[in-house]
Amino acid sequence: MDGIDTAVAIAAGTMRAGTPLVLAALGELITEKSGVLNLGIEGMMLVGAVSGFIVTVLTGSVYLGVCAAIIAGMLMSLIFGVLTLSMMTNQVASGLALTIFGVGLSAFMGINYVGTPIAGLKPIAIPVLSDVPVIGPVLFNQDLLVYASYLLFFAIAWFLYRTRWGLILRAVGETHDAAHAIGHPVILIRYLAVMFGGAMAGLSGAYLSLVYTPQWAENMSAGRGWIALALVVFATWRPGRVLLGAYLFGGITILSLHVQALGYNVSSHLIATLPYLATIVVLVIISRDITKIKLNAPASLGRPFHPTL
Amino acid sequence: MRLKLEPRPVASKWMGYASPLIAAGLTVIAAFILFGALGKNPLLALYTFAIQPLTSLYGLAELAIKATPLVLCALGLSVGFRGNVWNIGAEGQLTVGAICGGGVALWAFGNEGWWLLPAMIVAGALGGMAYGAIPAVLKNRFNANEILTSLMLTYVSIQFLGYLVTGPWRDPEGFNFPQTRLFDTEYGSLPILLEGTRLHAGVFLAVAAVIVIWVLMSRTFTGFQIEVGGQAPHAAAYAGYSQKRVVLLSFLIGGGLAGLAGLSEVAGSIGQLQPVISPGYGFAAIIVAFLGRLHPLGVLFASLLMSLMYIGGESLQMNLNLPLAVTGVFQGLLLFFVLGSDVLIRYRITLGSGRREAQV
Amino acid sequence: MADRQTPQLELSGITKAYPGTLANDNVDLTVLPGEIHALLGENGAGKSTLVKIIYGVVKADAGEMRWLGDRVTVNNPSEARALGIGMVFQHFNLFETLTVAENISLGLDEPHDIKTLSGEIITISERYGLPLNPARHVHALSVAERQRVEIIRCLVQNPKLLIMDEPTSVLTPQEVDSLFGTLRQLSKEGCSILYISHKLDEIQSLCDAATVLRMGKVTARCTPARETPRSLAEMMIGSALPTCKRASRAGKSETVFSLNGLSMVSSDPHGTDLKDITLELGRGEIVAIAGVTGNGQKEFLCALNGEQATADARMIEMLGEPIGKLGPKDRRMRGMAFVPEERLGRGAVPEMSLAMNALLTGYLRNLVRRGFTRTGHIRSFARDIREAFKVKAPDIDVEAKSLSGGNLQKFIIGREIMLDPKVLVLGFPTWGVDVGAAAAIHQAIIDLAARGTAILIVSEDLDELFEICDRIAVIAEGRLSPSKSTRTTNIEEVGMWMSGAFETGGHAHAS
Repeated sequence: MDGIDTAVAIAAGTMRAGTPLVLAALGELITEKSGVLNLGIEGMMLVGAVSGFIVTVLTGSVYLGVCAAIIAGMLMSLIFGVLTLSMMTNQVASGLALTIFGVGLSAFMGINYVGTPIAGLKPIAIPVLSDVPVIGPVLFNQDLLVYASYLLFFAIAWFLYRTRWGLILRAVGETHDAAHAIGHPVILIRYLAVMFGGAMAGLSGAYLSLVYTPQWAENMSAGRGWIALALVVFATWRPGRVLLGAYLFGGITILSLHVQALGYNVSSHLIATLPYLATIVVLVIISRDITKIKLNAPASLGRPFHPTL
Repeated sequence: MRLKLEPRPVASKWMGYASPLIAAGLTVIAAFILFGALGKNPLLALYTFAIQPLTSLYGLAELAIKATPLVLCALGLSVGFRGNVWNIGAEGQLTVGAICGGGVALWAFGNEGWWLLPAMIVAGALGGMAYGAIPAVLKNRFNANEILTSLMLTYVSIQFLGYLVTGPWRDPEGFNFPQTRLFDTEYGSLPILLEGTRLHAGVFLAVAAVIVIWVLMSRTFTGFQIEVGGQAPHAAAYAGYSQKRVVLLSFLIGGGLAGLAGLSEVAGSIGQLQPVISPGYGFAAIIVAFLGRLHPLGVLFASLLMSLMYIGGESLQMNLNLPLAVTGVFQGLLLFFVLGSDVLIRYRITLGSGRREAQV
Repeated sequence: MADRQTPQLELSGITKAYPGTLANDNVDLTVLPGEIHALLGENGAGKSTLVKIIYGVVKADAGEMRWLGDRVTVNNPSEARALGIGMVFQHFNLFETLTVAENISLGLDEPHDIKTLSGEIITISERYGLPLNPARHVHALSVAERQRVEIIRCLVQNPKLLIMDEPTSVLTPQEVDSLFGTLRQLSKEGCSILYISHKLDEIQSLCDAATVLRMGKVTARCTPARETPRSLAEMMIGSALPTCKRASRAGKSETVFSLNGLSMVSSDPHGTDLKDITLELGRGEIVAIAGVTGNGQKEFLCALNGEQATADARMIEMLGEPIGKLGPKDRRMRGMAFVPEERLGRGAVPEMSLAMNALLTGYLRNLVRRGFTRTGHIRSFARDIREAFKVKAPDIDVEAKSLSGGNLQKFIIGREIMLDPKVLVLGFPTWGVDVGAAAAIHQAIIDLAARGTAILIVSEDLDELFEICDRIAVIAEGRLSPSKSTRTTNIEEVGMWMSGAFETGGHAHAS
């Protein structure tokens, strides 16, 4: 019985640890499907996290905090959009810039909020479903944002593969010149995709500072934005696999916490390297099949678009 | 009427020099606004940030000290960026360079000799190179994205340093502080160059590196091949230049120089290993590389500017009680402005409703 | 055709400038209902820009457009489609990973569901003789099938004007005939067709009227049937078509270069694998590889240049030495030179100076010593190329991308010829090049062969190949046909081969 309880606790923890990755990676998936590579997730997450935290402290409402985080993430992504889409700057460099800026800005904004306690979002058990053994407590006794991530996943999968706008988005990401020539507004679509990615990164940041920890600390995303980027590659740009990969990483994080709880005497520093090493291993395994990557990656990914007018 | 970007027939040489200055100018304006918004006298704040640190010999020495790791890291990155190789793990390579160089000093404890410092320098460079080689090999062998792997390795190296200084390499007489023994001041440290300041011989490493990289990129066939690989990878493949060689070379150069930077920090300014040995020089070097337009001399000047931002941030904190994080905000803004104004090299702004009149 | 008919389309005073060039200069154009109207002009004359303006992809700086007599402005392609204008681009606007139906759906503006659309596609494809399966993915289609997708995408919307931009360059002669059948049927049903081409015979056989463009200006309007190829050429380029001189070659010479059952899997998942290609090249011989683009030319050129090594080194031999596993540099050291199919980005680095572009493949000359580049030697090499091949460029410090297509191609081919190769391989050497430059390039190739270099040309321009080559073979779906002397074969036979109708495996060496 004790074993099962531990397993359920680990699984439920995995869901929570995986959720910020799910949110950020799904957002980046949409951005990349439109042909834009935004390396600034880490920066958008941090600014989202700190904005959400500040608004929560000031208003006392976690929900307003979540909204603020989404808006902050969108505004950050808008900077990136203006640079790369309107000014045609290098996407890699601009994404790095966004992260560097986000790290600095969030540290600056949150300077008076480090260590401030807040009441984060509490789990809400869904009636009936949460009573199902094992699955219930793992999937249906979570907080609102975890449920939101389920919904967002289905919405995104449906949007991409079942709607006309999803088709257009994929077309723009594959061959922007052709999409432009037959009359689709490439730049506008990319702006929307980039801003959706920003909103999701902001939401992901809010999950960290309002639910997962819940507190604000400098650089608290600790590379999750980058792991989310790796997840998109790992998932070969498919939403279902993003989910799978995110929970896999959530699991690694939770397990590494349990290693010490189980009494193994391993340096916490060494354990902390595990998610990063796992990211490298996963990337290597997926990327070695070049054909697979070529077949699945949006063909215009990272290429600037300048319509000749 | 709206602003439109129109490609220039020929890239503007003039804008190539002007754009970093425009970016710096815009950053100053942004700083002005930010200081005002924080309720400080903007002129005083700007003076405290950008001028005051340079008014003493000590301040000038500090400028050079902080510019040293920036120059070293950014030079290596600029070689890679020119070849379209995105090493963003300089911070990690710096850390491993420090660990390797510092490790030699710790290992030699009690048996120091004249050979120690050269051995530390070599170990630092080799350590950085080896660590840099990992993403290169993963990219060449397995097609793994070097941006992500080099960055992940940075997180790993920082944790590993944490493990060393709290575990096996902790100073046995250090009251459990997470740090190693001090390196030998005679044989295991970079000599001080200027009495009364902290300026150490690490600056020579930086100056030498500027010259070597300059020659490499402008005078050698290897430099040309890197450049072609970055600008037109298909042309490189057509002409028979190996892009894998460019990847490996870029990472070895970048890693080696970052490793030297790490060694120069621990053997110069710090004197031991501790959990934090760099306030993000490896990341700031990305900004420096772009601000310097990926040119060795440009990198040198950009490093001095970036170094000023670090010192200026400290000066603001001490004198005006502003948070140190201001530096991070300015760094990010500066990079945005650099990227934005670089657009003017290849495009010009036209005011237009379809007609082509006013051209900038 | 009635004289007082309201024109379907009427353009007046269309002007469009790009930095450094005037693509359209005060152009007038009138297309009557049901008319097949030719827009004739050589590469760079401004034809594509003009039709992109009609279709709303590009905005004109000045001028007006009338549609059935009413003044209209077309701001984007969907407004053009709403009027009843359809366009088949020269470079297809298709999405490889999507199905035919999805591709067609992306070009429609009204809501519709894919199932009904698929039915419609089948109906139209049967009615106009354009067989196509709506459920297939585009990457699996041949070039001719891809063109059908583009055409059906237009026909689904019942166009009143169909614009075709150089549609035949990707078709075999037989496919051209069937396309013309479709176009005539459309014209009978009342659809106007604006047909863009620089091929005089096609225009004479198909078109009711023609407007001729030269350097952005309308130079003539005529009825093609009443003209001669010579008079049309004069309208198009201002003089008769240049021809080049070739001394006839006697007999067979020693083999310099041979492909022995060359097979290779394409590195592009959507690419074409090469299958058992066998060919021999004699000293001083010019051999043509014809074929519709997308039949393995890209892979073939990759294999010859050494960018992708062969499984067995003996699949490619030069002067008896197996070189299949050697990279581009080692092949060049043995006397190979190579002109790739892409000028900007492969044959030349767009944002580097001509001098640096001379170094790109000139490094085996004395341009590098002990790893250091020799600026003086590099510059004089670049200057020599510029002078010997009459490259129009202000100096050797200008960026490669600032040159016109023809001039840059002269520079690239000049560079390779100056390397004094034993074997020269050229991919699509005159693609998109103006007539004058093309003639110069042809002459340079012929002169090089006269000095003993074995030359292999991959091209889709049959007229060009028949004009300058000794022997011709065809690549289709990655297989190579037997080769025949250009004097003993003709366009019809080669056309049959282009559709894949030939026996392979023979070292047939008819001459």
